[in-house]
Amino acid sequence: MSYRLNGNSVDRRTFLKGSAAAGGALLGAQVLGAPAVLAADGMTLRYLGTAVNQSADIAKKCKEDTGITIEYIPVTTDEVAKRIITQPNSFDMVDSEYFSLPNLIPSGNLVGMDAKKIKYADKLATVLTKGMVDGKMVGMQGTAPAKVFYLEGEHSAKFAKEQTEWITLIPTTYNADTLGMRPDLIGHEVKHWKALLDPEFKGRTALINVPSIGIMDAAMAIESAGLMTYGDKGNQTKAEIDFTIDTLIKAKKAGQFRAFWTDFNESVNLMASGEVVLQSMWSPAVTAVRSKGIKCAYPGLAEGYRGWASGFGIPKTTRGKKIDAAYEFVNWFLSGWAGAFLNRQGYYSAVPETAEEFMKPYEWDFWMEGKPAAQDIHAPDGTLIEKAGAMRDGGSYAARMGHVACWNSVMEQNEYMVRKWNQFIAA
Amino acid sequence: MGSKSNKTPYWQAAPMAAVFTLFFAVPLAVIVIVSFWQYNQYSITPAFIFSNYTDIFSGCIRQLPDLCTTFATYLQTLIFCAEVWALTLVIGFALAYFLVFEVRTPTMQVVLALICTIPFWTSNVIRMISWIPLLGRNGLINQGLLALGVTDHPVEWLLYSHFSVLLAFVHLNTVFMIIPILNSMARIDRSLIEAARDGGASGWQTLWNVLIPLSKPGIAIGSIFVITVVMGDYITIGIMGGQQIASVGKVIQVQTNFLQFPLAAANAVVLLATVLVLILGLTRLVDIRKEL
Repeated sequence: MSYRLNGNSVDRRTFLKGSAAAGGALLGAQVLGAPAVLAADGMTLRYLGTAVNQSADIAKKCKEDTGITIEYIPVTTDEVAKRIITQPNSFDMVDSEYFSLPNLIPSGNLVGMDAKKIKYADKLATVLTKGMVDGKMVGMQGTAPAKVFYLEGEHSAKFAKEQTEWITLIPTTYNADTLGMRPDLIGHEVKHWKALLDPEFKGRTALINVPSIGIMDAAMAIESAGLMTYGDKGNQTKAEIDFTIDTLIKAKKAGQFRAFWTDFNESVNLMASGEVVLQSMWSPAVTAVRSKGIKCAYPGLAEGYRGWASGFGIPKTTRGKKIDAAYEFVNWFLSGWAGAFLNRQGYYSAVPETAEEFMKPYEWDFWMEGKPAAQDIHAPDGTLIEKAGAMRDGGSYAARMGHVACWNSVMEQNEYMVRKWNQFIAA
Repeated sequence: MGSKSNKTPYWQAAPMAAVFTLFFAVPLAVIVIVSFWQYNQYSITPAFIFSNYTDIFSGCIRQLPDLCTTFATYLQTLIFCAEVWALTLVIGFALAYFLVFEVRTPTMQVVLALICTIPFWTSNVIRMISWIPLLGRNGLINQGLLALGVTDHPVEWLLYSHFSVLLAFVHLNTVFMIIPILNSMARIDRSLIEAARDGGASGWQTLWNVLIPLSKPGIAIGSIFVITVVMGDYITIGIMGGQQIASVGKVIQVQTNFLQFPLAAANAVVLLATVLVLILGLTRLVDIRKEL
């Protein structure tokens, strides 16, 4: 492989000589630079991911603290997976969802992350590493992160059953998703997922049109309505997929759905405009609707939540100093500032204890402990999210993450599922 | 003429031919080749199998008269195609007629023709999204109807419906009809129309027997634009149809997102074949090369 030469055989000293020869001004800058940070200073990392985690504030703070320049490549969830498979050399690190891993790891395009180089490796949230919150197991249906957390070796294409030194993705954010709703337009409390299929909301519900997530929301609703009990909602058999899609088609023909959405902003518009009063939704979209001054609830439902998590990975094409810079960035990311930033957006950070150091106690109490806000709660950008006295929908971390029933997933019958989903859209 | 000038046209055509080969013929060949390959969740493997094609049409014959997904999707797309074509043709022809025969000064003609392109100053997606506050459940039209007492509850079919998709398509594509028809019509010798009138033809007869036949090349070119755009579209149908209406493009997009490239390629080949048949049918009716 000729491109190996680009990374490993050219060390920084040779590179510096070259650049010094290129310009005296550059030489001056290098001499003045503090040697301790030289390893990563001035490096640029191309960071592929969904726009959700790619905040300009995080990149700015990272530059201040580490000298690493982060160059975001924002694409959709599906596009992240596609890029890893087809163009692994077009980015230096990736922020991908765990549920994509059964498709990505066999390709060999991602290498294991070395746990020994991760400062907080032992402090990663146990819900991701072991599927436990406060020592209790959560629902493990679907592609639970704990099932795909470790690799057998750095270049292994197999997931390890036990803890190993090689981690597939170092977690960035995760959350528990539920249905979003407009309490002002509904007028009563909604307690079950079956509301998605309830004729009471005919023509006023929406479903996410990303097949792998949409079918999970549908399965939660179908199971809640008592129409069927799944073996594993995140890994349905052909018969289960058939039943799920048939039920959805019947609902669609009866006019249950107002629309389907694929883009985060579409879900915000549907909810804010009142076209829809109850739908599949993501937590930041709920926050976005609220920041327009419109009531939007994200309550915990009796059947539990649909969990998801994403994390940093390195493609096999990243070489040399870029790898060091990537690890330095990951360690910085886990060290608290970024975690606090994400917690304030309603996500959960991978290392809760470092994030706590960067949050005010009243913020921690509101976001993580589910206590009433002692003061007004603001988003990182200063937008008012909740007035003093309000409580987080669903409550504390333990109440939300502890009640995850299933995780975003890739099914074994994925191809069949996609075909059936297209049939549903065409019906 | 010497042998040198015989080769000149080839050199002149070479740059375009090169661009065409590189960016059209080669990718298209790749799509056709890949459509026979095997795939799994993370890789595609060279092969020569027909299962991608049989998968697309699986159950289509057995299920008749019920339509399978593929037939239902194509039928839906073809219906949109026919409706959009008819509407843009009528509107485009009327506007072109107005610009050519009713507007007196050439300056004014140019100014008005440019005004027709104003919707194209913003992006496609913005133009579509701007319909939503107008047509929505709480949109301007519904507020107006409620205020006037025409209805007592909001009209739902204005948005995320067949109607809204059609509206957006006509809004987006009429200009593709106007410009070629305008171009054809502007070349019509006015004395022919005078001759028709002198010969005692009524207005409708002049339109039917003189104007329409002479505008045929423009109509054909405009039709090709509109048909190809509508057949391949999935963004308009997605946004305006609330993603509840299937389109071939959307099916292909979902398949590529799930890395089922060979299946998507096979679908693209089927779509291409369908569009080619439509265009061939059209060129049977009008010999574009002869008329230009």
